[in-house]
Amino acid sequence: MELHELTLTQAAGRLASGESSSVELTKAALKRIESAEPKVRAFVTVDAEGALKAAEAADARRKNGEKTPLLGLPLAVKDNISTKGLRTTCSSKMLEPYVPPFDATVVTKLREAGAVILGKTNLDEFAMGSSTENSAFGPTHNPWALDRVPGGSSGGSAAAAAAGFGYGALGSDTGGSIRQPASLCGVVGLKPTYGRVSRYGLVAFASSLDQIGPLTRTVADAAVLSGVIDGHDAMDSTSVPRPVPAYGADLKRGVKGLKIGLPKEYFVDGMDPEVSTAVRAAVESYAKMGAEVREVSLPHTEHCLSVYYLLATAEASSNLARFDGVRFGFREPAESLVPQYMRTRAHGFGPEVKRRIMLGTYALSSGYYDAYYKRAQQVRTLIVRDFEAAFKEVDVIATPTAPTPAFRIGEKADDPMTMYLSDIFTISVNLAGVPALSLPCGFSSAGLPIGLQLIGRAFEEGALFAAGHAYEESHPWKDRRPAL
Amino acid sequence: MALSEADVDHVARLARLEITPEERARYRDQLNAILDHAAGIAGLDVKDVPPTAHILPLNNVWRADEPKAGLTRDEALSNAPDRARGQFRVPKIIE
Repeated sequence: MELHELTLTQAAGRLASGESSSVELTKAALKRIESAEPKVRAFVTVDAEGALKAAEAADARRKNGEKTPLLGLPLAVKDNISTKGLRTTCSSKMLEPYVPPFDATVVTKLREAGAVILGKTNLDEFAMGSSTENSAFGPTHNPWALDRVPGGSSGGSAAAAAAGFGYGALGSDTGGSIRQPASLCGVVGLKPTYGRVSRYGLVAFASSLDQIGPLTRTVADAAVLSGVIDGHDAMDSTSVPRPVPAYGADLKRGVKGLKIGLPKEYFVDGMDPEVSTAVRAAVESYAKMGAEVREVSLPHTEHCLSVYYLLATAEASSNLARFDGVRFGFREPAESLVPQYMRTRAHGFGPEVKRRIMLGTYALSSGYYDAYYKRAQQVRTLIVRDFEAAFKEVDVIATPTAPTPAFRIGEKADDPMTMYLSDIFTISVNLAGVPALSLPCGFSSAGLPIGLQLIGRAFEEGALFAAGHAYEESHPWKDRRPAL
Repeated sequence: MALSEADVDHVARLARLEITPEERARYRDQLNAILDHAAGIAGLDVKDVPPTAHILPLNNVWRADEPKAGLTRDEALSNAPDRARGQFRVPKIIE
């Protein structure tokens, strides 16, 4: 196996035993990027110089006896997470020249833990999309099939993790933006509980839904990254002061006696038959490993998409008001201020972002607020209660992550409603604020990865790591790599 | 309540977005399609259901009021499209 093909845990083992240095692993990752990135286009910015410097520093730290969990491991970071001195564009013309003067808290934590940041990964502009086609810098290609999308919006992070551009990446998830691309790229992705990870320095999309989380090749690797980025931060008033459990111990818990629920509303006619078969087979193997499987109901499932697109766009319309061409980013000069705002925003934002700002502005506007925004918040309460009731009966809920494997680039680009449906199984999780993990559970006949989603109770990421790890250890999927 | 092109213009003004006639027609159709889908929640009984703004039982999170170093003026201005005399510069707003 080549160095870039290792899992994060395996690479950490080589560093600890002295078999490899961080400079070697980082050079291997950069070499892999040099050869395969022209086909995949996972990055907006590759920082080879900064990465090699960080690798040398990590090797020096190790020599001094340091043993931090990510010491010397090359990783990638989604380009909507602020990195001091390294361009952070959100894949938007609006922020094309923007260089943050500060690090996001998760980036500070990565650096303190010794990680080497390889670069910034591509996304749907401002994290709005499900295919990474909405990037102002062009689409990312799925490493398993280059004519297909990697999913989105963290498509660059998922493709990087799948292609061996580092040993994992950070993404952000507002309606499925970590889990859906993880599923389409055959990697593991975790959307942590709302409040588990600080969002200080994440460019805000929908503040009541956004979370930062890891994308990695294995569940064990996701547990390592979560152990580093989780925890309270005084810089984010929505981060929760709860201790972070030792996830390494959770990995060994197994699934004997675990109660797994299958929501009947998620297994309906019209789902891709290969996805349905793979997910049902995964559930079957949980039963064989000693888990108890039963049907549950999440009765308001059919309303999740509507609620999400009203609330997320309303919050986005407010959050994106800050892009006015005054303090940072793109400006289109005009003779007076209001026309300057209007032109700057018209030409700085792409079509999907403008569409969502329009929808959200409408949902919040006088006369429509009660019918749309407030009502959506009330239905959100019903969705939260659905999950509370289901989690009285079961410990974990299993569903497909996405209704289909990766679709072709361009296939859904002209129809926003069809594109939105690719998040149908993931958005309820953000509305309810609970954690969910996507992990590979097979491949379609065309060789495209299929993902299983495991949803847990709030702050019970450990149960997801336990269940995910038990599955990945007894199946071959984590050892497959795309031929690039 | 279908959106007209005049509604689209009104919303675009509120959102501070200049739109072309072609975008006006496209947004009217696309927003109507999305709102049609969202109409499903109009039929639900939500009387006495409180709204959820976010899922955490947190209100008014304060930290101790201690002065700390923030960005310097130069750092804060480092991304400004236009600056003058240590400030952000914009077109004249008062004649």
